[in-house]
Amino acid sequence: MSRRANMLFALVLAPVLALISSGSALAEEAQRWAVNLPKGVTPVSNAIYEIHMIIFWICVVICIGVFGVMFYSMYAHRKSRGAVAANFHENTTAEVVWTVIPALILVVMAIPATSTIIQAYDTSEAEMDIKITGYQWKWQYEYLGEDVAFMSELSTPESEIYNTAPKSQYYLQEVTEPLVIPAKTKVRFLLTAKDVIHSWWIPDFGVKKDAIPGYVTESWTFVEEPGVYRGECAELCGKGHAFMPIVVNVLEKEEYNAWLGEKKAEVAAIRELAKKTFTKEELMAKGKEAYDRSCASCHMGNGEGIPGVFPGLKEGSAAVGPVANHLDVVVNGVAGTAMQAFGGQLSEVDLAAIITYERNAWGNDTGDVVQPIDILKFKQGQ
Amino acid sequence: MAHGPAKGIGRWLFTTNHKDIGTLYLWFSFAMFLLGGFFAMVIRAELFEPGMQIIKPEFFNQMTTMHGLVMVFGAIMPAFVGLANWMIPMMIGAPDMALPRMNNLSFWILPFAFALLASTLFMEGGAPNFGWTFYAPLSTTYAPDTVNYFIFGVHIMGASSIMGSINIIATVLNMRAPGMTLMKMPMFVWTWLITAFLLIAVMPVLAGAVTMMLMDINFGTSFFSAAGGGDPVLFQHVFWFFGHPEVYIIILPAFGVISHIVPTFSRKPLFGYSSMVYATASIAFLSFIVWAHHMFLVGMPIGGELYFMYATMLIAVPTAAKIFNWISTMFRGSMTFETPMLFAIAFIILFTIGGFTGLMMAIAPSDIQYHDSYFIVAHFHYVMVAGAVFSGTAAVYYWLPKWCGKMYDETMGKVQFWVSFVGFNIAFFPQHFLGLAGMPRRYADYALQFSDWNMISSVGAFIYGAAQLLFMFNVIRTIRSGTPVSEPKTWEGAEGLEWTLATPVPYHTFATPPEVK
Repeated sequence: MSRRANMLFALVLAPVLALISSGSALAEEAQRWAVNLPKGVTPVSNAIYEIHMIIFWICVVICIGVFGVMFYSMYAHRKSRGAVAANFHENTTAEVVWTVIPALILVVMAIPATSTIIQAYDTSEAEMDIKITGYQWKWQYEYLGEDVAFMSELSTPESEIYNTAPKSQYYLQEVTEPLVIPAKTKVRFLLTAKDVIHSWWIPDFGVKKDAIPGYVTESWTFVEEPGVYRGECAELCGKGHAFMPIVVNVLEKEEYNAWLGEKKAEVAAIRELAKKTFTKEELMAKGKEAYDRSCASCHMGNGEGIPGVFPGLKEGSAAVGPVANHLDVVVNGVAGTAMQAFGGQLSEVDLAAIITYERNAWGNDTGDVVQPIDILKFKQGQ
Repeated sequence: MAHGPAKGIGRWLFTTNHKDIGTLYLWFSFAMFLLGGFFAMVIRAELFEPGMQIIKPEFFNQMTTMHGLVMVFGAIMPAFVGLANWMIPMMIGAPDMALPRMNNLSFWILPFAFALLASTLFMEGGAPNFGWTFYAPLSTTYAPDTVNYFIFGVHIMGASSIMGSINIIATVLNMRAPGMTLMKMPMFVWTWLITAFLLIAVMPVLAGAVTMMLMDINFGTSFFSAAGGGDPVLFQHVFWFFGHPEVYIIILPAFGVISHIVPTFSRKPLFGYSSMVYATASIAFLSFIVWAHHMFLVGMPIGGELYFMYATMLIAVPTAAKIFNWISTMFRGSMTFETPMLFAIAFIILFTIGGFTGLMMAIAPSDIQYHDSYFIVAHFHYVMVAGAVFSGTAAVYYWLPKWCGKMYDETMGKVQFWVSFVGFNIAFFPQHFLGLAGMPRRYADYALQFSDWNMISSVGAFIYGAAQLLFMFNVIRTIRSGTPVSEPKTWEGAEGLEWTLATPVPYHTFATPPEVK
């Protein structure tokens, strides 16, 4: 019978032992079989890790003590060993002791917890601000005061998700354009959302904050080491919840400044491009690319949508109605529905290409061609 | 009494007998347990490997939502209402529940509520897909039209729970046998009395939340829409003001069951009866003032963050008192390990682990990392499955011989226990690792470094699921062809009025109240 007690004991403790022994495992295997919180690369993530470990060990010690007594009783005070039940109950001293001791342990836990949460909340004296906006299912990063903004979306192809191509190393953790921040700089994040609630999480930074429509929440980070850090959306936000990862590229300050310069030039070039007139073929080709990236997750690649949830773009839809209305829907969105306002998210070229594509693809042969300049005029005319 | 049960289906449709209604609740909850379990199997099958294999992400969200709703409102809550119906009158020496017709109604509206909810699976737009916590605006502006069926279903479930609670309170306060003072009531009755008050306090809050959703969706209000001057975070406050007491509504009756089983099989009275009562009451009180620990990341002011952290940590004190009490009850007892006791001991161990992860998450800074990751999924399955479901299973094995006068197969019961215990831990322990390594919850697909633990977790889930079929088989076999038993006390160490009745329990009991010394 004691063999069974031992087995039970082993079963309960095995995972704890796994957690302890993981430190010595090989690096790659350790990532595959990771069992613990990463220490992270910021002061906050390190402080969180410390508290996590303190509380974990306190819990382990209490577990050993409490279950130790229980397993001892299960072994020693079993009827099959001839144990006769005592008849004691109600002991005020014992009850006071086991109320007071846990309360004291809680006080010990609360002290570092309080200082760390205050630290995590302290967004003062940030050297730069980045506004992060959550959309279904992508992130927008705006460098406040720098006139630089861009969207960051999943870049893993559908073929990998639906298993027709082998999965690459950073499957579901790669994006079209990562957030770039300088190392050794206190960066403040201002988070909001345009549609539903999202949550921006980078485990290595110890940063997770909800992005809520109508609110601006704050967080901050200070990264010591340059590198690429990956995270994900942590609040259920619809069908693309698992498909809006976060990648942050942390650069040395000089490299960051060079990147920012290039980025500004790129923004200017895109503005310039909006004045150009494109052929229908160019727009259709660009349009398919942009559509698949920004529209297909709801309206589907074949323009059929998902019945009852997302409308199709074929007969009877805005895509075959008057052009002005189609522009309005795409640029301004439709209030009270999941249709976002894409006017602020995409360049004029992409908007023109998408609208042209939608009006001519999948048998929607309206023949209409919309140029970037039409988008600009539409926006200015509002 | 002059008459026994009616014949045919009418017995079940029109019954006002607490035992029949208890049986109905238990079978209904088991059916829902299998349905919710089936959804869980779909989820774990999809998560067996990275990539989308068998379902689409939008259907995955419907599965997680329906799994949560069906398990919480359809399986666990009705199971304990069923046990309350069976046991409370027998434990307090009452002939039946105080309000038998309302008892019938509160059960029979439940199948309609769940039929409404489940029917959305076959509608255009699909079932609710916004998680069992249905945060606005995902559940309002961005929800499929079928959300209205969900809202109506929740209203009906709430009405059923409130009626059930009124009935329990009326029964416990008015129909105790002479001499049974409040402080002589069995623990299961105490925990249910407190639970019933919690239900009456919070189910209307849930009804308010879904009614505001209904208005936002159909009548142009903006309670939860920032664009119209409303507030999406208000939804979370209202929801969790219901939702946090809700988790104690689920676990308190489970505590009650364990407080009967542990003394019985230790052959020793419960160590600290009155401290158990006070601990239960303290937990119930604290449950009302800690709700925003579910919302540590919404950007509360630091003062709110700290208050909710300290208040939440306090819950550990009365909960620890309960664990110490059970262990002191076992200490120097004369223990045997029949199936109900095995489940009760597993409950104590695994619930304690779930309690510790709960304490870790109460620490606001650490919660930054744990929040909405698989760590919380592991945590609440340790308290919901190894807590509530193990306790419910233990209760069925414990009282089944009394109810039907037949003994279950002990070997099969023990096999079911060990398969459940091992399967459960293989399924859920690795989810702690996944969460700590950075895998968010409610993900239809995941990055490659999470592959191995997910595969192991899925295997464990299938094992655990299979064990429940064995449970069903064992119970049905017992009812149809178990070894007859007739002594009033099924278990040597059992105490209480229910064990003074004949076995199997007659259709009508305590027509004249017993005297309690």
